[in-house]
Amino acid sequence: MAADMTQTPPSTPGTGPGAQRPEAGGKPGGGGRTPGERSRRFGESGATLNVFGTGFMAVWAIMVLGPVLWVVLGAFKNTSELNGSAWSWPHHFGFDAFSRAWHTGISTYLKDTVIVLVFSVTLTMLFGAMAAYVLARFEFRGNRFIYYLFVSGVMLPVYLALVPLFFQVSKLHMLNTYQGLILVYVAFSMPFTVFFLHSFFRTLPSAVYEAALIDGASHTRAFFQVMLPMAKPGLISVGIFNILGQWNQYLLPVVLMQSQHGEAPHYMLSQGLVSLMVAQGYSGDFPALFAGMTIAMLPVMAVYLSFQRQVQAGLTAGTLK
Amino acid sequence: MRLRKKTRERLFIASFLAGPLAVYLVFVIWPYIETFGYSLTEWSGVAPPSRVVGLKNYADLFHDSIFLKALGHNMIILIVFPTVTIVLAMFFAFMLNVGGRRGGLGGVKGIRGSAFFRIVFFFPQVLSVAIIVILFQAAYESNSVGLFNAVVIKLGLTDANHPWEFLNSPTFVLWCIMFILIWQWVGFYLVLFSAAMQQIPRDYYEAALLDGAGRTQTYFKVTMPLLWDSVQTAWVYLAVAAMDAFALVATLTPGSSFGGGPDEHGEVLATYLMRNFQVLGKAGYACAMGVVIFFITLILSLVVMRATRRERLEY
Repeated sequence: MAADMTQTPPSTPGTGPGAQRPEAGGKPGGGGRTPGERSRRFGESGATLNVFGTGFMAVWAIMVLGPVLWVVLGAFKNTSELNGSAWSWPHHFGFDAFSRAWHTGISTYLKDTVIVLVFSVTLTMLFGAMAAYVLARFEFRGNRFIYYLFVSGVMLPVYLALVPLFFQVSKLHMLNTYQGLILVYVAFSMPFTVFFLHSFFRTLPSAVYEAALIDGASHTRAFFQVMLPMAKPGLISVGIFNILGQWNQYLLPVVLMQSQHGEAPHYMLSQGLVSLMVAQGYSGDFPALFAGMTIAMLPVMAVYLSFQRQVQAGLTAGTLK
Repeated sequence: MRLRKKTRERLFIASFLAGPLAVYLVFVIWPYIETFGYSLTEWSGVAPPSRVVGLKNYADLFHDSIFLKALGHNMIILIVFPTVTIVLAMFFAFMLNVGGRRGGLGGVKGIRGSAFFRIVFFFPQVLSVAIIVILFQAAYESNSVGLFNAVVIKLGLTDANHPWEFLNSPTFVLWCIMFILIWQWVGFYLVLFSAAMQQIPRDYYEAALLDGAGRTQTYFKVTMPLLWDSVQTAWVYLAVAAMDAFALVATLTPGSSFGGGPDEHGEVLATYLMRNFQVLGKAGYACAMGVVIFFITLILSLVVMRATRRERLEY
């Protein structure tokens, strides 16, 4: 890198940023017209970096995809193939392991998870939009305080509240019930949902809304019929975020969805998979476990691949101030 | 009866806030507050707290060798994990956005296949931690059946009779956990830094280019300084994640309840907290631990915010 430094010609006033800015700003794709010699050097100095960098990125891509593909392939192997070499290829692609996984609990976990999510995501979106809307568009005493109360939750680690949360839910007799988990999911999704939609509602124009009010619509009606439809892109982003987050939640169900008085526990999918892992450790049916994981990954993968942009925007928006 | 306009508005605000606030206060805010209260009591976790013991739980913490060990492990994770993640994510983001050969706007563009890499690298973020746990459980297996051992045997680093122990090794267990954390989070911060990089006006790169700056120089002198804000945010969030790591350690490391093995070499604060609460019947003590974790995270975030504060640049 030292050699690189000495080769750099000292900048002269004529080539400084100030002198070039107007020209550069005026033409898109300006790189093509930069002085040939200089841009060639830029390309050359990057050649080694480019090869090394691309190579390293390819390695990382393999590290991400490798284990995932290995698990999906594992679902098609039989036990002896799995216990042989990790490099073995399944002899025939049958779905026996999938049906075993399905019958040993995955179907129940899937059903329970879907039931919870239908209600929890809907309620999260409704409550989140209502609170964010009122906080973003109305001035009243305590507005800032309530907003910060909601948003501060983004920073707090969940496990810090786990001990008292368990007893809180227990006091309400909601341990191992759908409604208990639904309310807890809604509560813990509130900070991010409010934070995201708050900034979204702020950017919406108020002209249409005011017109609706003048036409005699109530605030409630104007919200549901005018503002919510306008906020659709934001609602989709944060909705996908909540679906993924709640679908993948592990810690909360582990604590809250345990069998209380000998009744059957309503396991969520990710929790059920871990219990399946423990069980398979004894019975040794790893293909079924891998098949279960594949079943659990499929919906997530479908959502991610089709809404890739919104997912990335939604997840990272939470950390941008 | 027609209400006054102002009254109607108040009623509307109240009716819209009541539901969300009630749920949030009951299930989030109140438990957090209770954590502080319970930390001052001797409480088994079954009956209501029996006795207020003041700061005794906190004093005990500092004589608890397992707690101190776990704290030390969290500190190692806290230093290694955010640093490696940020460096890797920055490097990848740079390659994806301005690492390519010349051409494109202002003479800079990403390397070939940027879109593909972005999708792949981010992927672990959408996986449930449970899936990640089972995935790595199988991959770290300490015989040739495990994926990683198959790789090291293939590379000739060891032979099939002496597979690496990975999670069962006192020396490596923590590093194995950190690898998963990095694997999981690099893609997320790659996307975050990419977003920040795209905010940097192309003229800046063009100016650097015209001044004869090479790519390495552009990276260190233009990109890095302008991303400082995002790095700061990233560090704070990674620190929170580093203090957690609960699900990974609890399910992957050996140990009877909530892992932590072998022989406490993999113990972290979160797993020790849960063991005290659910197994050892020391819920009050566990709450005190939670409060300590909370303050460590808070102080760290404030320190990072202060230490890295710089003038904010508006483009």
